[in-house]
Amino acid sequence: MLTGTHFLQGNAACAEGAIAAGCRFFAGYPITPSTEIAERMARRLPEVGGVFIQMEDEIGAIAAVIGASWAGVKAMTATSGPGFSLMQENIGLAAMTETPCVIVDVMRAGPSTGQPTKPSQQDVMQAKWGSHGDYEVIALSPASAQEMFDFTIECFNLAEEYRVPTILLADGFIAHAWERVVIPPPEEIKVVERKGPEAPPGDRLDLVPPMACFGRGYRVHVTGLTHDERGYPQADSVEVQRRLVKRLCDKIRANADRIVKTKAFALDDAEVVVIAYGAPSRPALKAVKMARENGLKAGLLRLITLWPFPEKDVIRLSSHVKAFIVLEMNYGQLVREVERAAKGTAVTLLSKLGEELHTPYEILRALKEVC
Amino acid sequence: MVEKLTFTHPLSKYLRVDRLPHIWCEGCGNGIVLNCFIRALDELGANLDELVVVSGIGCIGRIAGYVNVDSFHTTHGRAIAIATGIKLANPRLKVVVISGDGDLFAIGGNHFIHAARRNVNLTVICVNNFNYGMTGGQLGPTTPLDSITTTSPYGNVESPFNLAHLAASSGAVYVARWTAFHIHELTKSIKASLKRRGFTFIEVISPCPELYGRYNKMGRGVDMMNWLKRVSEVRHGCDPAKAEVSSSKIVVGEFVSVDKPTYDQLIYQLMERVKGGSSVEGGG
Ligand SMILES: Cc1ncc(C[n+]2csc(CCOP(=O)(O)OP(=O)(O)O)c2C)c(N)n1
Ligand code: SF4
Ligand SMILES: [Mg+2]
Repeated sequence: MLTGTHFLQGNAACAEGAIAAGCRFFAGYPITPSTEIAERMARRLPEVGGVFIQMEDEIGAIAAVIGASWAGVKAMTATSGPGFSLMQENIGLAAMTETPCVIVDVMRAGPSTGQPTKPSQQDVMQAKWGSHGDYEVIALSPASAQEMFDFTIECFNLAEEYRVPTILLADGFIAHAWERVVIPPPEEIKVVERKGPEAPPGDRLDLVPPMACFGRGYRVHVTGLTHDERGYPQADSVEVQRRLVKRLCDKIRANADRIVKTKAFALDDAEVVVIAYGAPSRPALKAVKMARENGLKAGLLRLITLWPFPEKDVIRLSSHVKAFIVLEMNYGQLVREVERAAKGTAVTLLSKLGEELHTPYEILRALKEVC
Repeated sequence: MVEKLTFTHPLSKYLRVDRLPHIWCEGCGNGIVLNCFIRALDELGANLDELVVVSGIGCIGRIAGYVNVDSFHTTHGRAIAIATGIKLANPRLKVVVISGDGDLFAIGGNHFIHAARRNVNLTVICVNNFNYGMTGGQLGPTTPLDSITTTSPYGNVESPFNLAHLAASSGAVYVARWTAFHIHELTKSIKASLKRRGFTFIEVISPCPELYGRYNKMGRGVDMMNWLKRVSEVRHGCDPAKAEVSSSKIVVGEFVSVDKPTYDQLIYQLMERVKGGSSVEGGG
């Protein structure tokens, strides 16, 4: 296992994080700007006794990952917008069958083929709503190569804990940034293991059933059809549909406080709060520091968890702040969630389309305008 | 006092009997395939705890819910890709895909040819009823020319795949075709394919009297079975390219049987070779 301090690309750090989390199966299909994850997994997994396969497309990649997870192995795939779109039906299957798995989406500029090499944050809503039907996922947003490592591990832990597809929503900036990454020795890394039916009931979270994997004698039936607690299809029962869909959603919603993570900077007396995630949270921090030097009461709420959306943080702040400034590298996606939670507090969107990142000066200018 | 006698079918341990009756129509070939499959398991003394049945979506896709083993009823077309993940993650498991002509060769065709090319160690059984049964009898990739379906109401103008030929040319190590009439031969082929290593493929031509049969005036289930009996011709070792399927002739038999290293063998050998090494120690 790789440990120590390394100069790594974000994508490489993600691959190392997966290995440290116990991922031993990767299925993928090359696509910029995520390809280095597959390439590193192809090199690294066999060394640690894991399987790498390059599938015929992204539909096959997520499908193989779901199969591997049911065979009892932690599994991951990585892609970018076009591939993420192709994966959506089976992300729904993973949600419906409560299959722990990790999907890395290194967002690039869309729609369609868009600008393959240009970073974006345009898949934020798709990550939550991309597959049909009511379901919940978890999505995390890294802002450094170190976090590509740390949050990949966190994604695996959350996926196992809640039996849910978990998405690392990275952007092309972070995935391609070369930075110092500290990899702790394995014994210092918290790794959550899957809970099977043999796990004592006290060990399990409410609403999350234990997982009986294939080949262990449980003779489990897994289906994407609406199913009862035995896994048997119940295509006509209103009661079973209601019970299942509610539980699939509520196991995330009811545990949101345990799942959601944000980072606060200078929020205590802030009058204007910048809300940022991923790459833009870096210039945002700089801008807020500059604003403070200028005597402006600015603060930063950095979203680490994007889904479930950290609405409590926004609701709490909206009771006393004057305005929110939301930074996104899209034409306005997560800002809708902020507006929903801000309940009337002014919300301004600073949108970036195309490769450039917000500069601290533009953010500072926006802060000055609303302060 | 009269003692109440209860009988259990000798093969019921292979079925989730609490899921019966099944959803299939009277005269459908799907039940015959299920029967042959569990008979093959019984005759082989298969370890049911190390067997996984994976299906896609369709009438035959429901088979995964009836067999009393670990089973996955996946999304439409994706059974082989999911089975690939299962097999590679745990090569001890015997993984069997049972699905329809539309599922495996229209929406899932890409996964089929690539799994065959890689020689992923799977048994794939395609129940070919010449149409999409589940959605009400539309045309599919095996619908014969001129056939009437709900989406070819004036006759089908598309040429059908020869599935055995496609499987063989994609790299399958074992290829056989039977019909729902050939229960003994089919059971034998299922046994043979379960014992082999590599991508094995069995096509079962199967009556769908409810839809394909009705639209093409082929009579009831028995009439379709009589038709299968009448037109099929056993030709073991026949070149799959020449193994015709038409209303007047269906060539059946074991067409291909070759040996090749399987994908999981190769990948685990590779793993043994590089295991413990580190291509990244001391750097990025
Ligand atoms: C993505 C998607 N598209 C379409 C469908 C609808 N659908 C369900 S089964 C089926 C065709 C099944 O045909 P086949 O595989 O031949 O099985 P059969 O019903 O004939 O046994 C289709 C199109 C679906 N479930 N999912
Ligand atoms: S519709 Fe056809 S294939 Fe489907 S169950 Fe009925 S007879 Fe069988
Ligand atoms: Mg069919």
